[in-house]
Formats: sequence, structure tokens, C-alpha cells
Amino acid sequence: MSLLPKALLLVAALGLAACNNPDRFGAGGAGAGGAGGAGGIGGGFVDTTGLGDPNDPRSIAYFNQRVGDRVLFPVDQHTLTAEGRQVLTGQAQWLNTNSSYAVIIEGHADEQGTREYNLSLGARRAASVQNFLISQGVAAGRMRTVSYGKERPIEVCSTEACYSQNRRSVTVLSMGAGM
Amino acid sequence: MTVNSLSIRALAPVLAIALMGLFGVQAPAQAQSGPLRIEITEGVIEPLPFAVPDFVDEGGAGEYARNIARVIASDLSGTGLFREIPREAHISRVSSFDSSIAYEDWKAINAQAVITGAVTVSGGRIVVKFRLFDVFSGQQLGEGLQFAGTPQSWRRMAHKVADAAYSRITGEGGYFDTRVVYVSESGPKNQRLKRLAVMDYDGANVQYLTDSSSIVLAPRFSPTGDRILYTSYATGFPRITLMDVGSLRTQTLAEQQGTMTFAPRFSPDGGRIVFSLERGGNSDLYMLTVGSGNLSQLTNAPSIETAPSFSPDGSQITFESDRSGTQQLYIMSATGGEARRISGGQGRYSTPVWSPRGDMIAFTKQHQGRFHIGVMRTDGSEERLLTASFLDEGPTWAPNGRVIMFTRETSGAGGSAALYSVDISGRNLRQIPTEGAASDPAWSPLLP
Repeated sequence: MSLLPKALLLVAALGLAACNNPDRFGAGGAGAGGAGGAGGIGGGFVDTTGLGDPNDPRSIAYFNQRVGDRVLFPVDQHTLTAEGRQVLTGQAQWLNTNSSYAVIIEGHADEQGTREYNLSLGARRAASVQNFLISQGVAAGRMRTVSYGKERPIEVCSTEACYSQNRRSVTVLSMGAGM
Repeated sequence: MTVNSLSIRALAPVLAIALMGLFGVQAPAQAQSGPLRIEITEGVIEPLPFAVPDFVDEGGAGEYARNIARVIASDLSGTGLFREIPREAHISRVSSFDSSIAYEDWKAINAQAVITGAVTVSGGRIVVKFRLFDVFSGQQLGEGLQFAGTPQSWRRMAHKVADAAYSRITGEGGYFDTRVVYVSESGPKNQRLKRLAVMDYDGANVQYLTDSSSIVLAPRFSPTGDRILYTSYATGFPRITLMDVGSLRTQTLAEQQGTMTFAPRFSPDGGRIVFSLERGGNSDLYMLTVGSGNLSQLTNAPSIETAPSFSPDGSQITFESDRSGTQQLYIMSATGGEARRISGGQGRYSTPVWSPRGDMIAFTKQHQGRFHIGVMRTDGSEERLLTASFLDEGPTWAPNGRVIMFTRETSGAGGSAALYSVDISGRNLRQIPTEGAASDPAWSPLLP
């Protein structure tokens, strides 16, 4: 493993967390750090100051925690489960109410697959979510998709308990719908 | 892309000069004479015993004289086809490059091949010459050769000597004077940092090409080794990216808003790039012509088409697709059109890579919860699995088509990736020493 001193690694990780979308490093959605940031995503997104109060129904924290920012998928599948559709219906309602937010839909895969295939699989998952949100009236122009394949797991064990959490899409909000 | 304090040492050309006439007294040995021939076959072989005494210092060589001999020995032993007789066992000492070889002394310790050499360093220039002897026939094998370059390139010259010896004894091309581009990894599994790196095939001379600020995946050398294609998240989205190795300048290719591009590979002539483009969740293969920027679509299916690889003549492409319901391997014309499936066994097949010799395709296979690296003929016959582990993936061929390097990742929270090589008979599995975790290796052609 790395020969870098731990402190250096920590600094590096913090630096990245500060300038990139926290979910890229699996902050668990409503975790600490800034919301969907401009740094790593680029193009049309402005940084937001924070997630806000989860009791404020217009806040990102509310979206992440109460509405639910993520949807899980079965092994090697990109079709939405009934549970997934329910979460996404809530997302669509929230997005239709809070129309100033832009959205990046991330698609992720577990480690049981080759790298490039998993990029494609993550893209299929993100597209499934995007298509569902469009069908619920969310404007296509507010949304972009990105696949991380198996590059950004949030759980690190190599059993189904972790895999099931890593096979996910995450709907990441940021201000600035006029992309 | 910002790269801090990175530099690439331009590789000085290494000159090979046959020492014609220099050994006029010696009768030229027939290439691959009698006992010194190793036939690389599927059967178990007994490694050929050889000796490499420290090279003779003919002026200013210092440590190079020993170190060059050590790298040659390491190259040959590392193939699994050769076994070094340790220096402590040597009876004869080689004190002069031109003195005659005491065959009886080498025969007595059962060395079948002996490599002798000499090193001169002066004026910022190193000259390495060597001879290869077939002990049992009592003859020099092939001509003496001389390589010259800068002292910093001493390992390359050692590799070139080893390549020549390997080649003369096996009749196959060598693969020691090569580089590998790969992804250097650090950090825990859920905060992994990745950066592009290149190293000698044996893990030496590591140079980092990018910092860790964005994900980089699956690099490939251009046929001449001066450019590298890879997938980068520098824009926030996966994009195929071309880097000039000399200047480290990067260029995003085939950028189209709302799409993801990945899995780029050069054609054998370097003029075209085949890659995957994802739009609306569907990945297909496309071809980019490097000069004109012309883009053409090769596949048009609702399935995943990715991980392409050109045949060595550039006329065909092998790739993976899940059009049948699971990942399988296919071959089609490099201009697109109908594809024929070649994989037929149980399990999922992916990442096909055409052998530089054209006769085989290496692949990743998933079956019953295990990953394997395997090879098959281009018609799908004679499938052989070479490895098995929790996660093996992404084979790349040595330029002689005899050895495969790949990524092996261990499981669990502390899981990390490392580079391994194995020969195509499944023998000689070994880990490549790297400074940290590493993945996605791609072998360069033999350096000029």
C-alpha cells in the first residue's frame, strides 16, 4: 500500500472532499462536507454553501435524507425495483417543487465485474433513473448522468451486505438548473 | 490537467552494433545449436542452467559492471525458463572480455549457457558488450553485440543483452526492454486515489504521469510508445484522453456533451482509435480517425459493447458484448458489421485482448464467483484458464506473445490491487514489484 505518511493521505483526502462531490468518496449522501461541488464536476454547477437543515423541506439535506437520494439495484441489473420507483417518485415530486436545483445522477456498480463493463452498467443504472424522473415530469435539461462503475464503493467488505449498497444510483443536487 | 513536479526522462536511443569482425578468430556458431535450444511448449520444462559472471570493468564502469550482470540474470530467471547458477559456485573468473572461455569449468558446475560482458563508462556514455556461450557444444552462440547509451539507461542495456540471449536460446522474441503503463493506487477502498504511471516491465524506473486529483482508468500505449490513451475523469465525466508522454500534455478526444467515452485502444498503425461511447445508458463501439477526427459508429445495439482490441494486422476487432444476455467475446471487421461470437464456455467473458502474434486472445472470465485470466484461439477453441482468484482482470500481452500481465485484487475492506504476470502455459505466476497498489497494466512494444 501507499508509502505516504497517513497525515499526508488525510490531507489529500480532505482536499478532495472539499473540492469534489462528496459522493465520489462515499460520504454517504448526507454526510459532512459541501454539497455537490463545482470542483470535480465542472460545467454549469455552482458550489452551494451547505446541505441545510434536514427539517427544511427545501434543503438538500431534506432531499438526501427524507426523500432519499439513492436507489439500489439487483446484481448485474439496471431495472428499477418497486422500492426504487417509490423513492424516485418522491425525488421527482421534490425536484418539480424545487426547480432551481440541477441534478447529476451517478450510477455505481459493485466490484463483481470487470472495470469497463461496470462503467457501462453504472451508466445503464443512471439512465434508468433519469428516464424515470423524466417520465415523472422532471425536465431532461436539468439532469446529467455519470457512471463511476466500481470506482467509488461506499461499503468496503466483499460480501453481498456491502455489494447491495454499492449497486446504486445517487441523485446529487446542486444549485443552477440553467445549465 | 495539472501535473506537479513530474518529469519524464527521455530515453536516449540505445545503439546496438554487431561486433562484426571483432571476434574473427571465433567460428560463428550456428544459431540455436544443439543443447542450448529451449523449445517453449505446453509441457513442464526443466529451467536451463546459466551463469552471468560480473561484467568486466573496462574503464569507469564501477557498480555498473556488477549491476548489469544482475539485471540480466534477473530477467532470464524471471521467465521461469532459465535457472541461474549462483556466482559462489563459479570456478572460473572472467577477468578479460577477450580471454577464452574455460568451458570445462562451466561444464563442471552444469552451466549450459554463459554470458560474459564488459562495461566502459566515459564522457557521459556507457558501452556494454557481451557474448553468449553454449558450454556443452563449446561454442559462442551468435555474434558478440555492443550497446551504447547514457549511463542512466544502463538497465535498458542490460535488458537488451537479456533479450538477445533469450531470443538466441528460445528462438522467440524478447520482452525485457519494455515499459508498462498502469494505474498506481493509494488510499483505502472507499477513498481510492489513482494516477497514471509507467515503469520498466520488471517494476523499476517508475515515473508518475498524472497527480491523483481525478480518476484515471485503463491506459494503453500507442504502437510507438510515445502517446498514452486512457479514460480520465478530469472533466468530472469519463472521457477518453490522449497524453503525449514527452510533454505530458493531454487532450480530450471525441468529446460530446451528455455522453461518456471510455475503453480507448490504438490501432496497430496508431492511426485509429476504437473506443466505447455511452449515450442514454447504452454503450456502443466507435472508431475515431486520429488525423481527421472523423468518427464512425461500429456497433449499434441496445447491449453493452466495450473492451475492444485490434487484431495485429488492424483488420479485425475483438470486443465484449452482453447482447446474448451475458458478457461474451466477439470478433468483427474493424469497419463494423456482423460480429461472430467466439466464447462458448460457461460463465461471463470479458476484456478480450488480441495476442501480438495474432494466434490467441487473452480474456477475463468470471465463473462461480471466481475470476480467471485465460487464453483461447481466435476461433474460440482451446480455451485455457491460466489463473484463478477472487478478482483477476485485464490481461495485457508481452510483445512476444508468451507472457501476460494482469490485475489481481484481494477481497475485503483491506483489499488492494497488484500486478501479476503469468506465461501462457499457466506457469511462472509472479507479482510485479510496484511502489504501492497497482492496476490496469498495459505492455509497451519492444523498445527500439
